[in-house]
Amino acid sequence: MTATTQPVTPAPASFAGRASSLLRPLYSSQEGVLLLLLVGLIVVVGTANPRFLAQRNISDVLQNTSYTAIAAIGMSMVIISGNIDVSVGSLIGVLATISGQMAVSGYPIWLAWLVPLFFGGVAGAINGFFVAYLRIPAIVVTLGMMSILKGGLILWTGGAWIYDLPEEFHLAQQAPLGVPMPVYFMIGLTIVAALWMRYSPTGRAIYAVGGNREAARLSGINERAVLMQVFIIHGVLAGVASVMFGTQFTTIQSTVPPGLEMVIITAAVVGGVSILGGTGTVIGSTLASIVIRAIASAMIFIDISPYWLQAVQGVMILLTVLADILRRRRQIRLIRG
Amino acid sequence: MAVGESPIERPGLGARVKTLFLSQEGVLLVIAIVAVLLLSTQTDRFLTVDNILNQARLMTEVGLVALPMTFIIITGGIDLSVGSTFGLAAVMLGWSWMNAGLPLELTIFVALGTGLVCGLFNGWFIVRVGVPPLIMTLATLALYRGLALGISQARSARGYPEWFYQLGQGQVLGVPTQVWLLVVATVIAAIILARTVFGRAIYAIGNNELGARFSGLKVDLYKLLIYAFSGTMAGLAGYIFVSRVSTTRSDMGTGLELDAIAAVVLGGTSINGGTGSIAGTAIGVVLIQLLKNGLSLAGLKGDATIVVIGAVLILAILLNNYIQRRTGAAA
Repeated sequence: MTATTQPVTPAPASFAGRASSLLRPLYSSQEGVLLLLLVGLIVVVGTANPRFLAQRNISDVLQNTSYTAIAAIGMSMVIISGNIDVSVGSLIGVLATISGQMAVSGYPIWLAWLVPLFFGGVAGAINGFFVAYLRIPAIVVTLGMMSILKGGLILWTGGAWIYDLPEEFHLAQQAPLGVPMPVYFMIGLTIVAALWMRYSPTGRAIYAVGGNREAARLSGINERAVLMQVFIIHGVLAGVASVMFGTQFTTIQSTVPPGLEMVIITAAVVGGVSILGGTGTVIGSTLASIVIRAIASAMIFIDISPYWLQAVQGVMILLTVLADILRRRRQIRLIRG
Repeated sequence: MAVGESPIERPGLGARVKTLFLSQEGVLLVIAIVAVLLLSTQTDRFLTVDNILNQARLMTEVGLVALPMTFIIITGGIDLSVGSTFGLAAVMLGWSWMNAGLPLELTIFVALGTGLVCGLFNGWFIVRVGVPPLIMTLATLALYRGLALGISQARSARGYPEWFYQLGQGQVLGVPTQVWLLVVATVIAAIILARTVFGRAIYAIGNNELGARFSGLKVDLYKLLIYAFSGTMAGLAGYIFVSRVSTTRSDMGTGLELDAIAAVVLGGTSINGGTGSIAGTAIGVVLIQLLKNGLSLAGLKGDATIVVIGAVLILAILLNNYIQRRTGAAA
């Protein structure tokens, strides 16, 4: 499906896409904005405190970014398809715990790395089934799923930390050629996902379904199957993210990292994925993940309390959404003359 | 489910709709009765006046937030930011008293004012800028919680004088103080929703917003009002909560939106808007509190209850959808 065949109808529903094809040039500039922001941050904070640019800090920022960036790839697909997933943070906590439990229970390490991907896919399939086939709003399904996973995890582990993980389990601590392993995953998965979404029929169909579900269905796209695929891929990517998350430290805390889903949603939205569905790229979401983590790190280096970080994220998400809506309004005005 | 209240029902359907209406409410009541019977056989600590009054006290915060949530969901919207508004109001209360030196008597206005501003902020962007409610309140879920965290610097405020606990821990005529408030608020909300032009307009907006607009209803004003209402009630609930637990913390009210939405949906309000009632929501709030109480009496920890509430939320929606489809097939 090419850009020109995308629906250009001003649909009444708030989630329906509007003239997404005309906006693509504008959205590609979102990545430009993020790059500028990153450069500005590096110059300003780097001048104020040169240690911000120490190789160790840059490496730390990139490594800590990777798992949110990987999860944000899947989140971008979900949001582009016109849905949302607030359960992903809890899912990552559960999958990391499964992975760690397997590793300490003596299963082969490769299995401890792969099983979270499988269960991530299963969780995604469950969410997807409710959304695609039972037509329950994604926010409600994933809100319910979030509390089931979060409560279930504490019930299961009692909040006990996992210690004594085998040495070779720590995939995220490896650094071939001096670059942390998660960075390879982040860059590799971003490129693969970007190409897949741009050139494969299913990838294009995600935009079509998010732009206008009914129109996509009428033009012969099996929108239910597309939504199922989106949620399953998103779940598998959450599995990859959980392995990057779980293998970075010597212990696993067996709890859900608080606010993780908001960081991931923020990365996807700030990266230029329109929260109204139908537009955006995963390159933007990965860039946005890096920017968010760089801001968090910069706050420490210029001595701002890290407790303000979440408020900064809230403002970023709000500004991006507003810019997105105002841009769309202008486009609609242009179309209508 | 108050299908019968839907203004677009055709009269020929009356009888059929009535049985459905009865069956939905019947289902809820049967569940409630079974729950009560089960719990009272499990433990003799359940069916005591003390326990019942205490449960009523515990459900007040969710109940107060669930009332405006019913209005909002009937219009087809949602407010995910109530938990964060609740937390921000609590933090502002403690901050204005401990750090800004405001007399504690005035902090009720700080809590309500914080809630009102948060609600108006949501409502203004939803109405004037056209941000979908889900997105707007998801963004402010992060923003308000972030502000609560930043302003409090994750420190708690405690050490309030004795009189401050009257609302949260005291009693009036043998009934917890805040329960009176909840009962009065529920009755007023029920009358407004069912018997006023404003209330009926809420259904009209949920059924067909454009139609309501063309019929001359002040759709924008009404929507702004219900989001402001939602924020204010979250602020009030935050105030009561601080008075009940004697401290403020920035993570207060995390997940409150889940409880409130679950109660509303369980009470038969359609997540797609257009139908629902305050009576249903009240039953939903009571049922969820019964569940929580039962689980904790059965020895399960607090974490188990959120698993159940998550499951209840999804099951309630499935039930609603099933009943709606049957109603649709009948038409």
